[in-house]
Amino acid sequence: MPQALVPTLLNLLFRAFVVLLLPPLIPGLITKIKAWMAGRSGPPVLQLYYDLAKLARKQAVFSRTTTWVFLAGPVGTVAALLVASLLIPLGHTAPLLAFEGDVILFAYLLGLGRFLTVLSALDTGSAFEGMGAAREVSFSALAEPALFFGFAALARATGSLSLTPMLQSHGMWTAGHLSGPLMLILAGWGIVFLAENSRIPVDDPNTHLELTMIHEVMVLDHSGRPLALILYGASLKLVVLGALLVDPLLPVLSKGWLNGLAFLGGIGLLAVVVGLVESTAARFRMNKVPQFLVAGVLASAFAFLLLLV
Amino acid sequence: MSLYLLSLLLAAGSGIPGLFLRRRGAEVSASLMTASALAGIGAALGVLAGGPVERLRLPALALTSPSLLVLDAIAAWFLIPVLLLAACGAWYGVRYWEDAHGHPRWVRLVFGGLTAALVLLVAAAHTWVFLLAWEAMAIGAFLLVSTEDRLPETRRAAWIYLVSTHTGTLCLIGAFALLAGVAGTWDLGALPRGFAASRLGTQTFLLFMVGFGLKAGVMPLHIWLPPAHAAAPSHVSALMSGVLIKMGILGMVRLIAWVPDPPLWWGALFLGLGGVSGILGVAFALGQHDLKRLLAYHSIENIGIILLGLGLGLIGKSTGQPALAALGLAGALLHVLNHSLFKGLLFLAAGSVVHATGTRNLEQLGGLAKSMPWTSAAFLTGSWAICGLPPLNGFVSEWFIYLGAFGAMAGTRWPWSVGVLAALALIGALALACFAKAYGTVFLGTPRTPAAAAAHEAPRTMVLPMAVLAGACVLIGVWPHGGGPSPGPGHRRAGPGPPRQLPAGAPAAGVGAGPDPGAAGPGPDPLGAGRAPLRARPAGAAHLGLRLCRSAAPGAVLGVLLRGWPGHWRPLGPVPEGP
Repeated sequence: MPQALVPTLLNLLFRAFVVLLLPPLIPGLITKIKAWMAGRSGPPVLQLYYDLAKLARKQAVFSRTTTWVFLAGPVGTVAALLVASLLIPLGHTAPLLAFEGDVILFAYLLGLGRFLTVLSALDTGSAFEGMGAAREVSFSALAEPALFFGFAALARATGSLSLTPMLQSHGMWTAGHLSGPLMLILAGWGIVFLAENSRIPVDDPNTHLELTMIHEVMVLDHSGRPLALILYGASLKLVVLGALLVDPLLPVLSKGWLNGLAFLGGIGLLAVVVGLVESTAARFRMNKVPQFLVAGVLASAFAFLLLLV
Repeated sequence: MSLYLLSLLLAAGSGIPGLFLRRRGAEVSASLMTASALAGIGAALGVLAGGPVERLRLPALALTSPSLLVLDAIAAWFLIPVLLLAACGAWYGVRYWEDAHGHPRWVRLVFGGLTAALVLLVAAAHTWVFLLAWEAMAIGAFLLVSTEDRLPETRRAAWIYLVSTHTGTLCLIGAFALLAGVAGTWDLGALPRGFAASRLGTQTFLLFMVGFGLKAGVMPLHIWLPPAHAAAPSHVSALMSGVLIKMGILGMVRLIAWVPDPPLWWGALFLGLGGVSGILGVAFALGQHDLKRLLAYHSIENIGIILLGLGLGLIGKSTGQPALAALGLAGALLHVLNHSLFKGLLFLAAGSVVHATGTRNLEQLGGLAKSMPWTSAAFLTGSWAICGLPPLNGFVSEWFIYLGAFGAMAGTRWPWSVGVLAALALIGALALACFAKAYGTVFLGTPRTPAAAAAHEAPRTMVLPMAVLAGACVLIGVWPHGGGPSPGPGHRRAGPGPPRQLPAGAPAAGVGAGPDPGAAGPGPDPLGAGRAPLRARPAGAAHLGLRLCRSAAPGAVLGVLLRGWPGHWRPLGPVPEGP
């Protein structure tokens, strides 16, 4: 028992670090890559930490139109994401909770966060925020089937309904008949990842033109600590959804800490890839976005079909 | 049985004293309905907890059949939402439907009669009892829908309903006649093996599907449902959407329990109808501007989800996968209960909005969360639950159906249940969009009309029933293994399951164990799932999952961490000073 205690504690510490401290680094990394690609020096990698610290000291402003729902958005979203982060394996380390069917809970917790964010946006009574909310829910209705087709394909390949065996099935990448489906799943999920995290080419996190925004327009009226929560929640979502993409690709290493390091490396690499995509691609016109998402659905659906033969 | 009969009589007579009382007639009627609910739910819980299955035998009336009524696990399971919603609706109606609206005494009388018809119907074990109760239910609902018959749209809705329901009854009479021809008795019970695959079995099945599908509002047969739900008084809409349309599902569940060997295409038909109803129901709901019509289309959507569960259960039964059969049926039956709770809650909350503002049009509402905080919280709870979001009850039943679909697909036998997965995911996402819109438009933002600005909170007798239903939604969501009764005898026989099961285990086992495990007669295990060992895994996993949902307390923790907020949490002046 004492021998098992130390690795468990280390695993806990590792998870706490990844979930609570690491996330704000990822957007900073993406921004840095974009700045380098554009030939600028850009803001420091730790910029989001500074922002969060500043916002945490500031007082929040609440419109007289809003009710408690306005606050439930940021708090509930972060709470839902934190619970979801308990379910997801980080590389080849064990998650805190795993049971048959946790994939469904995972997907619905993401849905819960979205529901509360949208309500919080509608609570301001502003037309812009309502517009962003409408876009968010309609695009996510297309992202959801892509996510579930991917889960279905992995469930069929691994015979399990739990995220941990699904994502940690090492050797899938090299097994000939599974590598094709896995590539398709990752392509579909990559599109979901970009859409859910409101990255280019679906949405531009840096835009300041309300007419073209999706996610950012919903949080315009938040300030102070609620805004800090929203920013932290967005970066946490990058890590949680990023783990879906990174986990199946990681090799199994002999030591626990090596697996942890491999995960950190994978997430860092994902941030670099996202930065490169954002530097080279332009944002789609709004009517192109559904086509992009349908491509994601089709990719995951084909992955499932390939597994049938 | 005596408790059940007492409940039936109390419900039937609940409106009568009010006809003669000068004052307080509504309160007396609601109290009688509450007493009826307590007696009936007591009887139902007794059966679900493993008590004996009781029958009412009146040989003189029963025409060679052994019994008229049977209170088995299926009847008990459907009895609970019927009586809970009837009692909540009766109290809600005390202040909601006063003299100004017209005929409150007659509304109460018919409401009691409709409840009694529903109570009778769930336990019917004899063809004639079933059809008579079915017809009484249809006519009671017709009278209640046409309460405001001075409005032309109400008259139209009532007539469409009457024509639809009688078309359905016609099909049912044909189907029951065919059944009686096969069985040689008016008794409803297990059918011989091989009947389902025969030509006659197919005809009977299709007639049943049209009859029950019309009542349940399955998509091609749903035309009566939205106008009738919108036209009826809100507490009647709650009862209709919550339990009346579920009587179609009750019929289908009974049918599944009678047939020992359903062909595979039955299940496929259920899945097809379920997918169409689910996706199109929510898609039509997205386009509605009338709050009650929107809720009515969501009833169609939820009937679709229930059909998906039943279809998976049937396929599990046909292909000999007991785990799939149990998961599908358990999910469907639990969703029957859950939907009646949250849809009843939503209709009552919508009724409060109509009561306070006089309009059902979404575009003329807005900003009601400030003037009607309790109604707003009730509607939010209902929306949360109907979207299937954790940790409320809608998630639990959808989770079962998802597990069934995933399980069927991961096995090699039936990969096409991936369609069920995709349909459920799409329905979930669209329902979320629709309810975010509905709640946001009605309760958030600023009032769009003077009527919405002048809204007031509903009186206490209207808020309390909503609180009861909202509490039930939360209870089943966070405590499903304890929120329900322990498994019945049919389930205890099931083998090495965990000692305490999810509540859905009980009625699913009821279907599995046949209409009456103790009865004499053919009584083969109609589902094939009752005796097969259930996988212990899903239940254990559900337990874990729900413990996890409870640990959604991080929200509370965050609230505490950010403790500076409540102090500032009052509407500030135009520009508060920054730090």
